[in-house]
Amino acid sequence: MESDSLVLLSRIQFALTVSFHYIYPPLSIGLGVLLVFMEGMWLKTGDAIYHQLSRFWTKVFALTFAFGVATGIVMEFEFGTNWAAYSRFVGDVFGSPLAAEGIFAFFLESGFLAVLLFGWDKVSRKLHFFSTLMVCLGAHFSAVWIVVANSWMQTPAGYHLVGEGINKRAEITDFWAMVFNPSSVDRILHVLCGAWQAGAFLVAGVSAWYLLKKQHQRFARTGLKLALIIALFSSLFQLHSGHSSAKLVAEHQPEKFAAMEGHFRSGPAGLVPFGYVDVANERVIGPELPGMISWMLHGDTKAPVMGLDQVPKEDRAPIQMTFQFYHIMVGIGMGLIAMSILGCFYYWRGTIEQKPWLLWGLVLAALGPQIANQAGWFAAEIGRQPWIVWKLMRTSEGVSAVVKAEVVLASLILFTLVYTLLFAVFIFLFREKIVHGPDEADLTPTGKLAQA
Amino acid sequence: MLFEGLDLPTVWFALVAVLFTGYALLDGFDLGVGAIHLSARTDEERRVHLNAIGPVWDGNEVWLLTGGGALFAAFPSVYATVFSGFYLALILVLMALIFRAVSIEVRSKHASPVWRSAWDIAFSVGSGLAALLFGVAMGNLLRGIPLDASREYAGSFFDLLNPFSLILGVIALGHSALHGALFAALKTEGEHRTRLSALAAKLSLPVLGAYIAFAVATPFLAPHLSDRVREHPALAALPLITFAALAAIRGSLNKEKRGRAFGLSCVAMASTMVLFALLMFPALVRNSADPAASMTAANACSSPKTLNNMLIIALIGMPLVIGYTVFIYRIFHGKVTLNKTSY
Repeated sequence: MESDSLVLLSRIQFALTVSFHYIYPPLSIGLGVLLVFMEGMWLKTGDAIYHQLSRFWTKVFALTFAFGVATGIVMEFEFGTNWAAYSRFVGDVFGSPLAAEGIFAFFLESGFLAVLLFGWDKVSRKLHFFSTLMVCLGAHFSAVWIVVANSWMQTPAGYHLVGEGINKRAEITDFWAMVFNPSSVDRILHVLCGAWQAGAFLVAGVSAWYLLKKQHQRFARTGLKLALIIALFSSLFQLHSGHSSAKLVAEHQPEKFAAMEGHFRSGPAGLVPFGYVDVANERVIGPELPGMISWMLHGDTKAPVMGLDQVPKEDRAPIQMTFQFYHIMVGIGMGLIAMSILGCFYYWRGTIEQKPWLLWGLVLAALGPQIANQAGWFAAEIGRQPWIVWKLMRTSEGVSAVVKAEVVLASLILFTLVYTLLFAVFIFLFREKIVHGPDEADLTPTGKLAQA
Repeated sequence: MLFEGLDLPTVWFALVAVLFTGYALLDGFDLGVGAIHLSARTDEERRVHLNAIGPVWDGNEVWLLTGGGALFAAFPSVYATVFSGFYLALILVLMALIFRAVSIEVRSKHASPVWRSAWDIAFSVGSGLAALLFGVAMGNLLRGIPLDASREYAGSFFDLLNPFSLILGVIALGHSALHGALFAALKTEGEHRTRLSALAAKLSLPVLGAYIAFAVATPFLAPHLSDRVREHPALAALPLITFAALAAIRGSLNKEKRGRAFGLSCVAMASTMVLFALLMFPALVRNSADPAASMTAANACSSPKTLNNMLIIALIGMPLVIGYTVFIYRIFHGKVTLNKTSY
């Protein structure tokens, strides 16, 4: 009992801290891409509106970056504090990508961030643009290495097991096989698309808000155009990436795939776009397109798909949660595609400003990638249960045995309070920045920037 | 393997030590500026403090993250034992670092005086507490902690608060504050700089005194450390360098050689960190219950293959890191001037 509550509390704490952290890095990655385009356009056209856009969105970027850093350091330590047995078991394999993330990503990101934030009047335009590019690249590297590490937990490769009992551990045999484990490339692209969407829809949403309020219109129109193009590209690419990620799960983690789709009986699988899993009676209540999943995976509506009937009860993931989170993600993903197509179409027609319903839709859509990113990770991580490393180590075996459940409860309460406060502060300052809007003075660049 | 002939566990022991020393020297002044932050009188002075470290604190903290990552990769069982064993202390460190980071970013973003002083306090307490706890952690590692048969920490949170470790905690806090005051003096002008220099001069003597008291108390509180110095008398040079460097700071400040004073503080801190590493070696965790069963570089390390791969990563990555870090420090060289991008 004591150990059950320890595992549960440790899982809740990890889920809380990583979910809260994950609000910010996708925004940094996505806004980073937008900033590269904004500043690049300024460099190319010399039009000061792009300078104004860069300056304004840099401020929002700085805020998200700071919260990402503050909450990210927790993650680097939490494997050791709460998952000591896991850390011993995987350290030989899993530690390298984390250390590589520090050396190749965090240093690059944080170093050039200084120039991006404070170097406007100290360096040339080109060097500033280069710094923005490096910050953006660093943010992408960080996603790459951390998703490599996580993907190894989903589809382990390039290792062998040594030792017995509590000394059993995974040791690396092939570094590149670990890095390019079966799911890493697809999952990296999937995560990056989600991050680009987060940045693009945020800029689109705020720009749409200004257009609705008839404020900063030229600024908003230019921002909206850039954002919609990136939103459209990343949403369409996400469709492709999501599809190929799902196929990978079906191939390498069929048990997890069955939970995601609520597919109980092995055989042809239908698609249920939304529904409720009646776990006790092993069925899903909701509209079904028969054979659709089989067709999407194998191009044949009759092709058999492994169901949960082949998975022992103790090895099944929590099906309801996995199904719902997965379907929320897919549903929002489809909605974002529709919004970006509509947005681009009416922008191209030049009538978007006469369509308040669409502008309001874009304002709301700013939350879409956030919810989809969170739901997607919940589906990925809950669907992996009961394994912490797929079929190698159970989550319950990975916990720190030396930490008491009540101590984890205490830290969990502390994190909850502190993160609630931080979130309130973030929303408060974010709102202030949006209300304040872009600085008119940024239309006339000063200092070194004016000369170059 | 590329580095077949090398003693890779020892190389990685040294590299982890280098990363944490880099962290101490660099984030040491950030935390120190935080620790003395409330000594600034006006809003403008406080902003100058924040902007003195503004462009660099974030990169400096990466040394800690990378040190943690390197420890995880090279010595996973040490990472697991220490981080789970020091659970509550580490959660406090994390809270301190969270508030430190967030305060810097948000403090000047809103004009209300209550808002600003609340974040000033959070910044200062967070920075100071982090420095103090790092010292306490080092003290416990030097002193040794009890491990059970499965290499799990067998003590309690309150065992960590022993006099030996608390003294080192106070030293870490005091030396960071001194380091921060010296750094801030380099970034300021006029009366503000005069006050920072005076504060540093005033701090340097008690910090030196605390170091000496610690050295004197060590044979009684942790005799294995003084035995170690007796076996290898050359080690005694390191604390002497620390004492001499600290003692010279006041004189440099009197001659207005502020750059040299900061350099002396760096020397004192670096030689303390090197002494710490050499006193520990080859142990990463000294088992006070049974020193023969300590966790050492050789018995707690990852496979040779991982250590080899990681060394390749470090040799590719670190020169780049050092190169652009120096480049960026040069861009932000000189006094702080507040403008609209400032904190």
